[in-house]
Amino acid sequence: MSQQIFPKWANTLPIIVLIVLVITLGLVVHLFWYWLSPKHLNVGYQPKQPIPFSHALHVENVGLDCRYCHSNVEKAAHSNIPATETCMNCHKQIKTDSPHIKKLTKHYENNEPIEWVKVHMLPDYVYFNHAAHTTAGVSCVQCHGQVNKMDVVYQAKPLSMGWCLECHREPEKFIWPKEKITDLNWRPTNQINLGLQLKETYNVNPGEACSVCHR
Amino acid sequence: MDIINEEIQRVPQVLGKKSFKKVTDIIAKPSESPAPKWWVIGLLGSMSLAALLFSLIGYLIWDGVGVWGLNNPVGWGFAIVNFVFWVGIGHAGTLISAILFLFRQKWRTSINRFAEAMTIFAVICAGIFPGIHVGRIWAAYYLFPIPNSMAMWPNFKSALLWDVFAVSTYFTVSLLFWYVGLIPDLATFRDRATTKVKRFTYGLFALGWNGSNRHWMNYEKAYLILAAIATPLVLSVHSIVSFDFATSNLPGWHTTIFPPYFVAGAVFSGFAMVLTLLIIARKIFKLEDLITIRHLENMNKFILATGTMVGYAYAMEFFMAWYSANQYEAFAFINRAFGPYAWAYWIMVSCNVISPQFFWFKKLRTNIPIMFVISIFVNIGMWFERFVITVTSLHRDFLPSSWDYYIPTWVDIMTFVGSFGLFFTLFLLFLKYLPIISISEVKGVMEIADPHYYDHHTEDKQ
Repeated sequence: MSQQIFPKWANTLPIIVLIVLVITLGLVVHLFWYWLSPKHLNVGYQPKQPIPFSHALHVENVGLDCRYCHSNVEKAAHSNIPATETCMNCHKQIKTDSPHIKKLTKHYENNEPIEWVKVHMLPDYVYFNHAAHTTAGVSCVQCHGQVNKMDVVYQAKPLSMGWCLECHREPEKFIWPKEKITDLNWRPTNQINLGLQLKETYNVNPGEACSVCHR
Repeated sequence: MDIINEEIQRVPQVLGKKSFKKVTDIIAKPSESPAPKWWVIGLLGSMSLAALLFSLIGYLIWDGVGVWGLNNPVGWGFAIVNFVFWVGIGHAGTLISAILFLFRQKWRTSINRFAEAMTIFAVICAGIFPGIHVGRIWAAYYLFPIPNSMAMWPNFKSALLWDVFAVSTYFTVSLLFWYVGLIPDLATFRDRATTKVKRFTYGLFALGWNGSNRHWMNYEKAYLILAAIATPLVLSVHSIVSFDFATSNLPGWHTTIFPPYFVAGAVFSGFAMVLTLLIIARKIFKLEDLITIRHLENMNKFILATGTMVGYAYAMEFFMAWYSANQYEAFAFINRAFGPYAWAYWIMVSCNVISPQFFWFKKLRTNIPIMFVISIFVNIGMWFERFVITVTSLHRDFLPSSWDYYIPTWVDIMTFVGSFGLFFTLFLLFLKYLPIISISEVKGVMEIADPHYYDHHTEDKQ
């Protein structure tokens, strides 16, 4: 038949189409689920800060508690970046010859804030309250990673909605005693038992409704 | 006596003494002759309206749903009305092609291709509206269960989601059904093609059909299976569309009669639309012998039956409003018939309930100008039915201080007009390039196809 335009291999087309379809579907899912997710796009974000402040040095070697600088974390929705004055409590005396500390002192004397670069960003349509989380026994390490080991702070966790919900659905897998939340090296021996017990004690009852976070 | 004889003798499906070749010639003619003037003008007009539709969609996305006339109590307006209108129209195609096929109604063969094409184009138009009415269109993929980092998952308890799946299933099945039916005819077009491009294009879609026994066997099986799959869809799709309303708690929407009432209405509106288009196409392409007056009469009977069912549903809603003794329900219906939107309600009643009643008379239901006018009335009435259901139930809600009157903006109206542009663009392309009557099926129901035909018609033997 002269009209036939399909060569013999065209018989395998249905199988090829099926395979391509399955692969395409898989790729679409992969695209949304991993490639476009903060897990891929945001984790590891490590901006250069105006002054190379090392959390590792200040926490591990000096022994500062997180709350010495981020003093509002248990009291307010917003956890503060410390004022330059807080730095100057020590650095009026310590390492005053360092060029970085000189820069710090200049800011202090001119009464100009240091423009720290924000690392952990949430969308504007999410309401997040630091105090509500720290008083429920959510350790700093759960969201920020082991900042005590970071010379330059980077985003360690995806901070995606799905990631938030992991804990909102099963808080017992994550919460610690309040007095341990700033001890970033501490680990419980039996998280589930501890978590269930703390859930009772602290009356932890995180919602899952839209308006819990999107108000 | 006349009527009885007619029924007993079985009216032939194709009038006039025609050979198989003659039938193929008639149906293939539009695709083989140069485009007529009316077609070119019609296509240009439709395409500019379709362009208007897409530019207004662009405007909507750019500016937000504020360009529509929606207000505080009336959160659902033209978008939903048009969606239900277009989906409803599709139902006649599926009923004709699937249900009448399973019931071995041979008269369907000369109108099923046409009606199915209308179904597909109507569902395309319908699909646009829920897609654009979501406001933040870039979040429309939330409707589909795609694993994502937000742990967002569709709400499977929502009728609106069932709708997404009902309509997309409907479109897929209708398209497959239509396409499978087209294959033998596409092969006919391929074999008759005079140019290389035509031969390749038709040949590509004919999938190498060569009319062998085995091809026919597979084809018949596939067609039967698809008919069986499509049959429940005739009932399910519009039932689910009605759930969009019925599963809410709003008086005027929260009614158990909605699913059957919507299905009847859908078939009603669909038949009216098929009739409107068919009367014109039949005249233009001189298909009077293939689409006989009997076909049109049968469709009018459907319109009469379903129109009366719809009328029954209107009455029953009022009865239930009274019988339930629920004052909110009663208010919703009194407001419908005598409130600020009474004009829309009575347009609906006169078009949908009163106008088809003329079809009780054989003289009227076999009169082409009259059936054309009535089919137009039904199209208008069925659009107003959806308007009445959507808008009048919403505009006076439980709090009188928030009552408002919904007025569509020019964007609303022109988007709806533009959807007709899209519909007719697709339809005109179909009329020109595809067999608008199923060639192979019509041949099967011709008198000449009877193996014993020549036993009685010896004079025809050549």
